[in-house]
Amino acid sequence: MTTSISEKFAQVKSENRMAFMPFITAGDPDLETTVAVLKELAAQGVDLIEIGFPYSDPIADGPVIQESYTRALNNKFHVRELFESLNELSADKSVSLPPLVAMVSYAIIFRYGADRFLQEAAGAGFSGLIVPDLPGDEASEFADQVKASELDLVQLVSPLTPEERTKRIVQSASGFIYCISVAGTTGVRDDLPPELTAHLESLRQLTDLPLAVGFGISNPEHVNTLRGKADGFIIGSAIVKQFAAFSDASQKREDIIERIGEYAGKMAAATRG
Amino acid sequence: MTSSLSNVPDASGRFGEFGRRFVPETLMHALEELTREYEKAKQDPSFQAELDDLLKNYVGRPNPLYFAERLTQHCGGGKIFFKREDLNHTGAHKINNTIGQALLTMRMGKKRVIAETGAGQHGVASAVACARFGIECIVYMGEEDIRRQKLNVFNMKMMGAEVRGVTSGSRTLRDAVNEAMRDWMSSVETTHYIIGSVIGPHPFPMMVRDFQSVIGKEARAQCLEQTGRLPDHVIACVGGGSNSAGMFYPFIDDASVKLTGVEAGGRGPEPGEHASTLSYGAKGVLHGSFGYVLQDDDGQTMDVHSISAGLDYPGVGPEHSYWKDSGRVNYTAITDDEALEGFQTMAKLEGIIPAIESSHAIAHAIKAARESGPDETIVVCLSGRGDKDVNEVARLLGREI
Repeated sequence: MTTSISEKFAQVKSENRMAFMPFITAGDPDLETTVAVLKELAAQGVDLIEIGFPYSDPIADGPVIQESYTRALNNKFHVRELFESLNELSADKSVSLPPLVAMVSYAIIFRYGADRFLQEAAGAGFSGLIVPDLPGDEASEFADQVKASELDLVQLVSPLTPEERTKRIVQSASGFIYCISVAGTTGVRDDLPPELTAHLESLRQLTDLPLAVGFGISNPEHVNTLRGKADGFIIGSAIVKQFAAFSDASQKREDIIERIGEYAGKMAAATRG
Repeated sequence: MTSSLSNVPDASGRFGEFGRRFVPETLMHALEELTREYEKAKQDPSFQAELDDLLKNYVGRPNPLYFAERLTQHCGGGKIFFKREDLNHTGAHKINNTIGQALLTMRMGKKRVIAETGAGQHGVASAVACARFGIECIVYMGEEDIRRQKLNVFNMKMMGAEVRGVTSGSRTLRDAVNEAMRDWMSSVETTHYIIGSVIGPHPFPMMVRDFQSVIGKEARAQCLEQTGRLPDHVIACVGGGSNSAGMFYPFIDDASVKLTGVEAGGRGPEPGEHASTLSYGAKGVLHGSFGYVLQDDDGQTMDVHSISAGLDYPGVGPEHSYWKDSGRVNYTAITDDEALEGFQTMAKLEGIIPAIESSHAIAHAIKAARESGPDETIVVCLSGRGDKDVNEVARLLGREI
C-alpha cells in the first residue's frame, strides 16, 4: 500500500530533512523496465516517485525528457497498460512503494476521459497528479473531480507567476506546490538561480502546503542550497538521461538499473545532509 | 445586433467550449499581459491608423477581388471571384497578421520575436515585419519543411532572420510550434511569440483572426460594389485556419452566405494519410487550446500528411471547431491530386500560379461552380502565390525546372 503525499511530507519534516522525488518516464523503453526501476527506487528509500506519462507534444520539457517520451511512444506506450502494470506491482506484497505522483498532460486525461482516468489512476496506486498544461485558472472544474477521487492536484508556480495569481493557484492546490526553479523547460542546469530563495520565502507566506522545487536540480550541492528553504525537490532529466542506455545493446539492463539506483541512493542520502 | 456566433471569444478565451489556455504556468502571465496590451491597442486610434497605413503603403492593400472569367466559363456554372492575397507584399496573407503583431511587440517594448513556420510564408512574413521594425527574429522550421521550401528559407535569411531547423517528431509545422513554445518558456520576459495561425492559447486565436479579418471585410465590400449583392458562397483552405478565419469572420452574421472550409485530404481518409482535422479529428488539446485534433485513443497527436506544408497540421483553430459544431461553416477535404490539378488549371486558364495551399480551395471552388447556376457568385480566398511550390510541383509531375 502507498501512503498519502501529505503524510509523507509530515514524516519527512519530523525527520528534519527534505523529501526526494525522482521522476521517471513510464514505458521508457518498456513497462517491464519501468516496474524494475520503481522497485529499485523504492529500495533506495526515495520519498515519492513522479511518473511521467509520455506525450507527443510536451512543450514544457527540454530535450532529455522529450527524447524519453519519444522512446516510450515509439515502443507503443499505452495508458491502460501502465495502470495494469502498476496494479500488478501493488499486488506484490514484497514491495513497499512510496507515494506515486502522475505527471500527465491534460490532452491525455481529456481523451482518456477524466472520470475514467482518475478512477483508474487511483486504483493503480497514484496519490496525486501534476497536470503541467492545466494552469490554476483552467483547473477549478477538474480540481473538484480530482478531489472526489481522493487524489491530490499538485499545482505549479513559476518564478514569473505574480503574487495575485499565486494566491489563486494555491487555493485549488493540494499535496504540495511544485515550485519551478527557472523560467524555461525541464533540464539539468549548473546552478540554481539566486532569486529562488526569495521566491520560496514569498511562497511560504502564501501557503502552508509543502514546497517542492523542480527543474534544473541534479547534485547534492543543489540540495544543500535548498535546505531550510524547501520541503522537497524533484530530479527528472538527470535520471531520465540514463535511460538512453537501455537502447545500447552493449550494456546490461541490470547494470543500468544499478547505476540509476546508486544515483538515487546518493540523492536520498543528501536529503539528510 | 450582434449574433452570438460572432460575439466570441469571451474574456477567458472560450469560443463556445473551445479555445481557452492549456499552457504551462510559466507562460500564463505573459498571455494575460498580451491580452491586456491587445485590448488597449484596439481602443487606441493611433494604433489602428498606423496599422492601416502600413497595410496600404507597405503591404499593398486593398488587393483586388478579381472575376476569373475563363475559369468560370470552363466550369460552366457560378461566377468565380478570387480575393487576391497573393498580390500582397511577400505573396501571401500571412503579412496581415505579422505587421499587426510586430506593432504590438513594439508597444510592449520587447526586442526579440520568435515564430514557427510550415510552408515558410509565415516565417517570411515575420522576417519582413521584424526587418521593417528592427526587431531580432528567430524562425523555427521543421527540417522536412526546410527541404521542401528552400526559397523561403533563403528569403528569411536575407532579411536577417535566423532559421532554426527542428529535428524532433515529424519535423514539420507541429514540431516547429513545440520548439517555438519551448523557446518562449525561457525568453517570455523579453520575447514576443508571433503565432502565425488562429491557434494556440487565448488571445492568439482571437488576435490573429482580427488581424486577418481585413481579408473578409475588403472582399465583402468589393463584392457588394462589383455585383450589387453579397456572395452566395465563400471558400477558403484550412490548415490552422488563419486565411479562412479572416475571410469568414466578416460574413458570419450574413446568414445567406454559405461558407466552406477546405482541408488537406492528402492521399486519402486513412489515419496518417491526410490533415483533415475537422473531418476526421476528435475534441482534444493541442498547442495550448481545446479544439478538434487528429489523435489516437490515448490523446497522442497523430502524424499527418499533405502535399502542402502550410496545411500539414494535426490541429485547427478553436473558432473553426466552434463554427463546425454550430453548423455555420461546412468543412470538406481536397486530396493532393485534386489540389495539383487545381494548381495547373488555375495557371493555364487564368495565368496565376497559386500556392499549393490555396489550390485546395480552388479545386473545391471548381466543383462548387459546376454544381451551381450562372446567377450564383462564389468568392475564393487566393491566400498566396505559388512560386515557393514550383520545385515540389515539378518533382511530383516528373518534370525538370
